[in-house]
Amino acid sequence: MQRYIIGRLLLMVPTLLGVAILTFVIMRVVPGDVVALRYSQSGSVPQEVIDRERDQLGLNKPLYEQFADFMGGIARLDFGRSLWTDRPVTEEIQGRLGISIELAILSTLLATVLALPLGVIAAVKQDSWIDYVIRVFSIGGLAMPSFWLGILAILTLVVLFQWAPPLIFVPIWDDPIENLSQLIWPALVVGYRYSAVATRMTRSSVLEVLRDDYVRTARAKGLRETVVIVRHALRNSLLPVITVISLEFAFLFGGLVVTEQVFNVNGLGKLLVDAVAQRDYTLVQALVLLFSFVFVFVNFIVDVLYGVLDPRIRYG
Amino acid sequence: MPQRILMAFAALSLIVSACTPQQPAAPTAAPPTAAGASPTQAPLPTGETPRMGGVLTYIVSAAPPTFDGHQSTTFATLMPVSPHYSLLYRLDPADNVSKIIPDVADGLPQVSSDKLTYTIKLKSNVKFHDGTTLTSADVVATYQKIMKPPEGVTSPRQGVYAAVESVTASDPSTVVFKLKFAAGSFLASIASPWNYLYSAAKLKEDPKFYVKNIMGTGPFTFIEYVPGSHWSGRKFADYFDKPKPYLDAYRAVIIGDPARQTAAIRSKQALIEFRGFTPTQRDELSRALGQDLAIQEASWVCVNYVAFNTTVKPFDDERVRRALTLAVDRWSGGEALSKQTIVKAVGGLMRPGGPFAMSDADLEKIPGFYRDNAKAVEEAKKLLADAGVADLTFKFHNRNITTPYEPVALFLINEWKKIGVTATHEVKETAAYLADLRNKNFEVGLDFNCDYFDEPDLQLSKFRSASGLGKGLNFSHYDDPKLDGMIDAQARETDPEKRKQLVWEIERYAMGEKAWMVPVIWWNRIIPYIATVRGYRIGSNHYTTMDMANIWIAEER
Repeated sequence: MQRYIIGRLLLMVPTLLGVAILTFVIMRVVPGDVVALRYSQSGSVPQEVIDRERDQLGLNKPLYEQFADFMGGIARLDFGRSLWTDRPVTEEIQGRLGISIELAILSTLLATVLALPLGVIAAVKQDSWIDYVIRVFSIGGLAMPSFWLGILAILTLVVLFQWAPPLIFVPIWDDPIENLSQLIWPALVVGYRYSAVATRMTRSSVLEVLRDDYVRTARAKGLRETVVIVRHALRNSLLPVITVISLEFAFLFGGLVVTEQVFNVNGLGKLLVDAVAQRDYTLVQALVLLFSFVFVFVNFIVDVLYGVLDPRIRYG
Repeated sequence: MPQRILMAFAALSLIVSACTPQQPAAPTAAPPTAAGASPTQAPLPTGETPRMGGVLTYIVSAAPPTFDGHQSTTFATLMPVSPHYSLLYRLDPADNVSKIIPDVADGLPQVSSDKLTYTIKLKSNVKFHDGTTLTSADVVATYQKIMKPPEGVTSPRQGVYAAVESVTASDPSTVVFKLKFAAGSFLASIASPWNYLYSAAKLKEDPKFYVKNIMGTGPFTFIEYVPGSHWSGRKFADYFDKPKPYLDAYRAVIIGDPARQTAAIRSKQALIEFRGFTPTQRDELSRALGQDLAIQEASWVCVNYVAFNTTVKPFDDERVRRALTLAVDRWSGGEALSKQTIVKAVGGLMRPGGPFAMSDADLEKIPGFYRDNAKAVEEAKKLLADAGVADLTFKFHNRNITTPYEPVALFLINEWKKIGVTATHEVKETAAYLADLRNKNFEVGLDFNCDYFDEPDLQLSKFRSASGLGKGLNFSHYDDPKLDGMIDAQARETDPEKRKQLVWEIERYAMGEKAWMVPVIWWNRIIPYIATVRGYRIGSNHYTTMDMANIWIAEER
């Protein structure tokens, strides 16, 4: 197990390196220039000013030199400064990290709380009206884009209660009510969507397990149905569900671009989109690396969890 | 394992799709203005006594890229940062269009008879937020930074001060600007909203001090900036223009999404947004808030231009360019488009209604501005035939910002159909769009320009030769020494009436004869806000009078 863990951790390095190279290349291939863009709102900034600033930012250096600087920075865990704001990239990310983590945790919690019982009930009551209602509910979650639900949610709150979620983020330890007043709405909207995926996965997974011999044996032994479902069926059907929920968490970490926009949540997704639009290479590179790390790391944790949940799985 | 790979792929696809700009929807008919939502004029100062206190929360639609006004060209810096600074001169907040008044200057400048020397006295009671007194040395250091920035410091408007020979302090309260040649725009250029006055001592310590720090003489001191979220400031007790500011504090909240902006005003979380809303947003707020809402509207020193890539055929032929501008019925277009987006007035190269605007009667004589569109269409068809161009087809290059770019582009494409020209709408995200304009990687495109003042030197800077001073600005990529000479001549003319005549000559030549780059319809600012906000007068731009010194909040009725 120890060897497996060390091996997997070491394998993260080439993966992240690949991501870093790919991001570096893609950002340079895409047309656009951070400096020209910065001055795009005024028609009176001459080209020489733009050229001079490009020079100051090191954007006129040959690509291999820029790449060497970037890689050297990564090796020293120095991700550079934002080309747009000139603040250290770590500072830009730090301010939004807490918000994105909290939103991802809240959404995942809500999705899990909804998905597990609904998925199990739908499986147990297969083809009954309860199953149909749950399936319609989950298909609804898949069909309706989160941002659209978000707009509806805000509109409903404003029209019915003349109230909208707070505009400014307050950390949960400063004011839990204010904090939740802002984040619960996007968490609900996103959580609903992701609960739909997890509900469907739980349902099909439980259905599969319910047909297994050991479940029949458990019933034949006279165990109560609740015990059969919870202790025998659910635990053994959890592996794919955990995969889905974990990867959703990793995705939620930086992927709530539009929802963040709609709810004016100052998270990492919005930061990434702004950085891409502004051709802020250093910030995009750092953010993509961070998201990739979260994906790879969560994947690794899931693999380790497999062994914990299913004793048949052993890593050598 | 395959399941996990599939899930990872799905998740990545979602990220990619979320990051991909959406193509705009197909053109639709202009929605009618809501009944009962007709714009009302805001309660402007009518002898009410300003109420002291309160916190003004307002919306800014983007985050400031820098704290340094000298290095910025965006309202996203001016709107949150201006309350911390003073200027030498400023636009009168009660007018906010063309009247320049002193800010820290003690009266208008004394101008020598040859109009080459401007002597400016400073008020004696102006304090920086650190308690030091503002002197002429600070003004000199500020303008030297703007005009001749030290190594490593950018000054995008450096070229605006090409006429200035020197700026010196003749005594601690007097600043002297000496010009190389008389310049009609000089007073306007030292009333620029970007020219925050900085401390000479701070600039000496670090020329980049103001990129990340705030220390001015403005009505509000700095509290905090949370990147991407909000900016706040509190009243400066030693502000020189007492009893201002009236507010205890202000908070600029960054909200990019238009729907969330509307919801913020509607729920009164924010009281105002100073850049401008669309007619749809105005009507929605008007319906929802009724008498609690005030609305101000004004024409805007912002316009879209049709830029022709004159380095490719057939757009190198002025007959083709003239045909394309002739086909556009701007008069009816302005009326129709104003119901759905932020354009309205028809004008030439100078803002309609502004001090340099040509009269409608004169404008109507220029190709592209005829009232009789049928006649214009016939003339356009003939021009295309003379140029030997049949079934002209091109891609019309545009950016992926809906307001007002999309409706304006669709309007133009529709107008060009009348002369048998087929233009395909090609939308790109802003960075790629700009790169294409700069690199001549387009045929015909929609360009834009916004300025802080009705000033020919500003509005005509795009029209200079692309290989000269227009490099990086002139996206039609032409060289025209005659036009350069005409622009120079108006810049050096100090008699306002004569200058107007010269500007109008330029308009006739650049738009009518050459059709190098032609304006479409000028923008229209719409500011719906909670009626308790007082002391704000909409202006012709979204850059000036952002120091919040005159704004106060009345009690709710």
